[in-house]
Amino acid sequence: MSDDADTSPEVMLRFYKMLYPFQSIFTWLNHEHTPTKLFTHREFAFTLQGDVYLRYHSFNTAEDLKKQVCTLNPTRFEIGPMYSAKPRDKKTVRSAAFSPQRRELVFDIDMTDYDGVRTCCSAADICSRCWGFIAAAVKVLQSILVEQFGFRHLLWVYSGRRGIHLWISDPEALDLTDDQRRALVSALTVVEGGKEMVKKVNVRTAKGLPPLLWDALDTLRSAFGPLVLDDQDCFSSQEGWETLLQLIPDRPIVEKLRNEWSQDPDRPSAQKWEELKDLIHKKKTDVQSRLKEALEDIVFQYTYPRIDAEVSKHRNHLLKAPFCVHPKTGRVCVPLDPNHIDRFDPRDVPTIGQLLRELNSSTSRGEVAGWEKTSLKPYVDLLDRHTMGILEEVRIMKRNNTTW
Amino acid sequence: MFRHSEIKNFKPQKRTLTTSESASTAGEYPYRLNFYERPPLFEVTVEDFEECAIDRLRILAEIESSYARNRTWEELKEVTGKLCRKYLHLNSNQTAIGHINSQEQRKRDHLGHFVLRLAFCRSEELRRRFVKAETTLFQVRYEEDDSLERIEFVNSLNFGWTKVTSADEKGSLEEELKALQVKQSTSSDNYVKVHWTKVPDLVAKRRVFLRGGFAYVSSQEISSIIFHEFESRLEKALEHTAKMLPRMDEDTRLVPILNNLSQGFLVGIPSEWSSAPSSGDEVRAEMIDDMAKKHFPLCMRNLHECLTRDRHLKHFGRLQYGLFLKVLGLSIDEAIHFWRKSFSNLTDDKFNKEYKYNIRHSYGLEGKRANYPAKSCQQILTTDKPSVGDCHGCPYRHFSPENLQSSLLTHYSSQGLDTTDLHEIMRTVKDGHYHVACTRVFEITHGRKGVKKGDGIGGGESVTHPNQYAARSIEIEKEQSQEGTAMAVVVD
Repeated sequence: MSDDADTSPEVMLRFYKMLYPFQSIFTWLNHEHTPTKLFTHREFAFTLQGDVYLRYHSFNTAEDLKKQVCTLNPTRFEIGPMYSAKPRDKKTVRSAAFSPQRRELVFDIDMTDYDGVRTCCSAADICSRCWGFIAAAVKVLQSILVEQFGFRHLLWVYSGRRGIHLWISDPEALDLTDDQRRALVSALTVVEGGKEMVKKVNVRTAKGLPPLLWDALDTLRSAFGPLVLDDQDCFSSQEGWETLLQLIPDRPIVEKLRNEWSQDPDRPSAQKWEELKDLIHKKKTDVQSRLKEALEDIVFQYTYPRIDAEVSKHRNHLLKAPFCVHPKTGRVCVPLDPNHIDRFDPRDVPTIGQLLRELNSSTSRGEVAGWEKTSLKPYVDLLDRHTMGILEEVRIMKRNNTTW
Repeated sequence: MFRHSEIKNFKPQKRTLTTSESASTAGEYPYRLNFYERPPLFEVTVEDFEECAIDRLRILAEIESSYARNRTWEELKEVTGKLCRKYLHLNSNQTAIGHINSQEQRKRDHLGHFVLRLAFCRSEELRRRFVKAETTLFQVRYEEDDSLERIEFVNSLNFGWTKVTSADEKGSLEEELKALQVKQSTSSDNYVKVHWTKVPDLVAKRRVFLRGGFAYVSSQEISSIIFHEFESRLEKALEHTAKMLPRMDEDTRLVPILNNLSQGFLVGIPSEWSSAPSSGDEVRAEMIDDMAKKHFPLCMRNLHECLTRDRHLKHFGRLQYGLFLKVLGLSIDEAIHFWRKSFSNLTDDKFNKEYKYNIRHSYGLEGKRANYPAKSCQQILTTDKPSVGDCHGCPYRHFSPENLQSSLLTHYSSQGLDTTDLHEIMRTVKDGHYHVACTRVFEITHGRKGVKKGDGIGGGESVTHPNQYAARSIEIEKEQSQEGTAMAVVVD
């Protein structure tokens, strides 16, 4: 398995030459089959060996992009916005005439932001167990963005190690201004405050929980038990249940539980949670409802998506292109189906080493792209199907705009 | 927005507005509020052109500095409202005494807005600042407006929203909608449906219910749509104007005015400080040193320090400081005395030959005998930039950050400014709000005399002129000593 994570320049070059689906990426970004500004005016940035960073590249066709990628052989490359001029002409146009225009609405969720609540691993590590947090995040965001914000073309992409990216390609999403992006992100940001802030969820108004989060609460409630209580066992350590107790605004309950739990600390989290709920049920109705709200906030604090807001707020932010290879893990950043997000295991993602072996041992010949002969195929197909949806919508829009 | 023909019409003619003309356009401004959709098509004089714009600019500059100084919305509203009443009052239809009067006010409002569009469309930075200030002004006026007239105004505009009328739709969302109502209200509450991108601030605060990309906005929150619409329409209009602007470059009368206006935004608006205060005690040469330490803004303290240290000042330094002292109240005889004493290295002969004439000249006693006004912050900031060996200019702009900090501490620490204040001041300086930094220093150093943050140099106004700074400082001291005597009497 050791050569799976081999991302040496020779291996990378072979990957770009034989496997990377440039044509699919082109069509996905371009929204049509013939090159539009969405591709030709799009910024690409390359990270070369030794962390050399090259910005403001742009290309006329998928072939151009492939040629340059194979020449530079970057460890990865990123995709930015469509500018008002070709990014490669940046130095020759007036700075006022060079500004970001359209851009997919993007999100980045990184497992490191969950370090306060996950118990299985920390920092750069990820296992199938902590993927549960990502899965919950995907379900919540998918539902809010589709049902409430009305977006239709969402592409989820595994980031190669410890996170997930989301690209929304609806024409309306591309047109969003920075202000609108900021507004959307701030509506979606629920878990706030730094390390030193114990209670990180403060979204209630005098009228209670905003309707925006109603569905999310239902989803997360059902995820909370299996994920936080059973799998992560978040309240088993003293530190764990102390954090929980600090979030309960009721002195008697907190003292009673602290007493019991420190005498018998080995109770599983689920039992502790039940005991807490029981005590709350015995309270008077008005106190009870306040405490129930506190429980809901705890559910949010442990499971609500933690978005890296800066990525989504500005059109000119760059994000790693799908199907790049993560330099540390050798895993390919593949698109994911949000409906099967629970079954996804980061360890199953094809690595560059594995793909090249498959390519070598493949017997099929003929005029098919390299990736079709490997286990990369289902993932590229997923992207292509997603792109078909965008193309169809753009075609209809164009037809409606044509007056005969 | 600006078609060529409109720009042509816009060119001011050498003719004043006559009452008959304005009467003929009566009814052109049915509402106090204006979305400024159409450019003014009437004729104006060059003077009116500039005056309307400057009056408006005073208000916008104050709004900007309110933001830079973190005033609350209520404070901002009060300060802006006060200035509006002074410079650009708009009567509501009800309070308008004569119809023509309110039409005339609205016409000026309309004209001022469009002149400033021309001045501020030329760079991204200016556009952004102008849009923000204008939108705020609109909000302030909107909130002040009579509610009935406001509704009429809103109905006169087309926002592309749909009213949620069908009982079905309302019924199915009742629970969600109820959870968002600001006040307790009845089921007859009206909602409009707009795309969420039209109400980003409501979305950001989760104050609207969203379904399929549409936001359900209750009638109480409709203002948010209106403000956003105002902002985005103005942004687009300014970009259009910017594209048309090159055609105006040949107009030698307007371009300097417009340039001047856009520079004015940098520093707030100059007040008229061209002559010494008529009343008050005479300022004598010996008093300057003491006054400098108590009342002068940093630029003048710096000049004073340089003069004392080097026993000399270069030309522009003498000009900036000399005119300031003149307006402060130093008579010509005292001025000659002061400068003679200060230039103690010079022989009488050299002083009389090379400097006396200039001093008398600046007092309007030689040459073309003009009464030169003291330099405003705008002039200090933008003209005659200091070069090597010069001491004039605005320290907030022309000093390196390190020098500025140490200079602030040397000059002001005895008056209550300490290192903890530096951060805030330096941040404002970094953003280019030099007059705001200066105003803040004024507030800090007069804190002991009861000046609070946001008070500025009285009524929340910012420093726009060094003499205004000094005059206010002296005034505060006088008020204090009067109160002091009054107190003493009571104690007796």
